[in-house]
Amino acid sequence: MKILVAVKEVASLDDDFEIRDDQLDVDEDFLLYELNEWDDFSLEEAMSIKERSDTEVEVVVVSVGPDRVEESLRKCLAKGADRAIRVWSDEMEGSDSITVGRILAAVAEQEKPDMIFAGVQSSDNADASTGIAIASYLNWPHTAVVAGLDYTPGANKATASRELEGGLGQEVEISCPAVLTIQLGINTPRYASLRGIKQAAAKPIDEVSLSDLGLSAEEVGADAAFSRVRRMYIPEKGMATMIEGTTAEQAAKLAQIIKEFKGEA
Amino acid sequence: MKTILVVAESRQNELRPISLEVISAAQSVREADDKVVVAIIGQQSESYVDDLSLKGVDEVVAVKVSSEDFDADIHEAAVTSLMENYTPDVVLLPHSVDSLGYAPTLARKGNYGFATDVFKLEYDGQDLVVTRAGYNEKVHVEMDFPGKDCVILTIRSSVFKAVEESGSPSTTSLDMTNIGSRCQNVRYVEPEGADDIDITSVDFIMSIGRGIGEESNVDEFREMADLSGATLCCSRPIADSGWLPKSRQVGQSGKVVGNCKLYVAMGISGSIQHMAGMKHVPTIVAVNTDPGASIFTIAKYGIVGDIFEIEEELRTHFE
Repeated sequence: MKILVAVKEVASLDDDFEIRDDQLDVDEDFLLYELNEWDDFSLEEAMSIKERSDTEVEVVVVSVGPDRVEESLRKCLAKGADRAIRVWSDEMEGSDSITVGRILAAVAEQEKPDMIFAGVQSSDNADASTGIAIASYLNWPHTAVVAGLDYTPGANKATASRELEGGLGQEVEISCPAVLTIQLGINTPRYASLRGIKQAAAKPIDEVSLSDLGLSAEEVGADAAFSRVRRMYIPEKGMATMIEGTTAEQAAKLAQIIKEFKGEA
Repeated sequence: MKTILVVAESRQNELRPISLEVISAAQSVREADDKVVVAIIGQQSESYVDDLSLKGVDEVVAVKVSSEDFDADIHEAAVTSLMENYTPDVVLLPHSVDSLGYAPTLARKGNYGFATDVFKLEYDGQDLVVTRAGYNEKVHVEMDFPGKDCVILTIRSSVFKAVEESGSPSTTSLDMTNIGSRCQNVRYVEPEGADDIDITSVDFIMSIGRGIGEESNVDEFREMADLSGATLCCSRPIADSGWLPKSRQVGQSGKVVGNCKLYVAMGISGSIQHMAGMKHVPTIVAVNTDPGASIFTIAKYGIVGDIFEIEEELRTHFE
């Protein structure tokens, strides 16, 4: 049995970031990379299924991205994933969420997993589309924003709890194999152990290119994307009136606001 | 002349209010000779036709399918069929959990233009230009869709003002009860803590976020809230960790605190999902160590400082 976990290395911004001269993206010097928060939960869900299972389950993590992504994949291996795949060719630069879904679906066709997890969204772009796009290319059943899961590896059905707006939950029964997008809070992600970190160094990260997947250059990258960035800019934002002074003075002002609200001042 | 198709949303026998906001988004780019078609998909779809008969809507289509509950396969097939019938230039869906379950497959299969969580639409000549946020809301991104005849967009909630004025569109029915499904509703589950206080009804909230660090720190803020007469609430990570019940979570997947007048946010950086639940509150006071925290952009007052030190000092005014 096999679970494929799609992960993304996301970019967060330095405090005083600048937009590139062509106004199409943030200057690369101001980008800080880390594993997407949602993906910690996807990986944990796969790991806990693996550890509870009577049959052997292989957890494979996959990510689309250049060399630097290896660091995030290594972290997933340290948390217990069995194997990692890094997909990259220069032609993939500029791929959007659906196009990344196409690439990941091609990986799934080779790996033939029994289940695929992807994060609900990434913290940088928040397109919330990649997981469902994978399902679309594979023509697999899919459901989004899963906050609870009852799944036995190899079973042809799973029960997933979707997290709807306003805190409402919905249990659905879904045919498997399927693609599920995993929501924050579905579990408590583990930290990598020292032993795990040592073992991760010896685990393989397979490198896969466009041609290995049987995809053509026209099917990936910016030209195949479903949208185009026209301009990126820093929006004008409102700003609170800052309460300055010592901690005691700041707290006194806050106390005054509260008392005035309650009609006590 | 262009055609804009809006797909409204229902759940548990009620029209979801965001549907009317998406109709409003359609109006924002509507020109005189354009056509706005609003579709509603469900077993009881006809029961929503009156509520969707709004000003600026030309036609309401009630699509009858085999399940009243959302189903990604059924919705995808139904909207695909609607798109064949109406050949829209733009399709607008709510940026909701349900839409996210099938919008990417629609775009992929038709090779349509696609963008999610859009909060602004406009035309530059013939080109549709939409705006969404990037890098965790720190930038705005204008996007266009070169070479695409049709564009599918999901629209952010609480941006467009719901259309309320009624109109007299034509109505059409479409039977699509023959679509199969690979994912069935079992049951709805109300959030835990239903017997807890209803945070949507209270007027003064003290809310804690990631900044409190550890579960053992929750108690002192609970005491502080009690002392000052506030209801203790939280952002998502606190509820996810089980430190406060889900019923106390403010935000998109928690509650919108509709009656709150004073909101003191302690150690909450302010994700877009959290702010969706409280940005309307007239007096927001945010305390955070990070002067760049998003919460300061919507707060009336801000304190850059340590929440524990502030809490300790604040307490002396109420003991």
